[in-house]
Amino acid sequence: MIAILSLTLLGAVLGVILGIANRLLKVESDPLEEELLAVLPGSNCGQCGFAGCAAAATAIATAASPTCCSSEGTPLATLVTCCPPGGKALAATLAGKLGITVDLSGVAAEGPRIAIVAEELCIGCCRCSKVCPTDAILGASRQIHNVLREACTGCENCVDSCPTEALVMRPVPITLQHWVMPRPLAA
Amino acid sequence: MSEVILLLLSTALVNNVVLIKFLGLCPVMGVSKSVDSAFGMGLATTFVLTLAAAASWMLDNWLLRPFGMGYLRILTFILVIAAVVQFTEMFIRKASPGLYRSLGIYLPLITTNCAVLGVALLNVEQRFSLFKSLLYGFGSALGFTLVLVIFAGLRERVALAQVPAAFAGAPIALVTISLLALAFMGFSGLNV
Repeated sequence: MIAILSLTLLGAVLGVILGIANRLLKVESDPLEEELLAVLPGSNCGQCGFAGCAAAATAIATAASPTCCSSEGTPLATLVTCCPPGGKALAATLAGKLGITVDLSGVAAEGPRIAIVAEELCIGCCRCSKVCPTDAILGASRQIHNVLREACTGCENCVDSCPTEALVMRPVPITLQHWVMPRPLAA
Repeated sequence: MSEVILLLLSTALVNNVVLIKFLGLCPVMGVSKSVDSAFGMGLATTFVLTLAAAASWMLDNWLLRPFGMGYLRILTFILVIAAVVQFTEMFIRKASPGLYRSLGIYLPLITTNCAVLGVALLNVEQRFSLFKSLLYGFGSALGFTLVLVIFAGLRERVALAQVPAAFAGAPIALVTISLLALAFMGFSGLNV
């Protein structure tokens, strides 16, 4: 009986202490930043010029905050279109989340692209699989490599690493497994 | 005074918690890639270990022993350690976001660091006083931090060295830490 009581009491006391500490040591996190981070690809390829998707989300959220002066730093419209793997769709989503209108004519319109291995050129050197941030490239030494379509984020890291130019970026091929019915046009 | 210094020396060097008792190897292998994060991890573990040693002494002497509930020892100690680690995590997140990010998953994993529980249980076994058990915890944590920082420095050098392909990565780290353990065996000749 006393064992149950003492453990319960101990747990309750520790819980109250932790609860108070949580209040006192609360870290303010920007809800907008988390929302933006959820939209970004999350492969941390670094093509935007930031240290990763989290850093990019922070930069966009800072630029979008009303306290930030618009004169210095990269303007918000350029930041929204900074993600090449995301393409036009991501830029539109980001602009929608921030409630701004952005000229998207400069953004590559062909949609998301993924890397594809040209099998007649691949020599199985494994260099591409080492630079892939998402482990999307399959293949052992002296075996022809292949790209996992679901894992590739189109960051283009592997294209430069290939000595035989066997890796090319192609629009995501549509197969029976991946086809989705297009949305009806808004009336 | 000399007793205090002797106890600290013997726990930190002669009976080093990592290299002689082989406790808490997971963070030593995991967070020793750079000296900075190793030092941060050492400080966090020092805080947790010292506080947990004192709190577990109080619980053991004032609650568990008088009521004959020695069988609840591990359970209560883990509970206290988990709470202290949670508090440390909140504090580091508030005080130093950079350190919080570099420690990553290893920060909450201090809970399952067997050095923390091991030191608390050894305290009970040796029937120290409160002050002595506090010192024992602090000395062990000092030893842990020392080994972590030395090992991180060694690993930073090894990362630049030419290592045979079969040994690259974790194997050479294990070889390095075993050599370090051999070196620490030398302290057992110290008469403290």
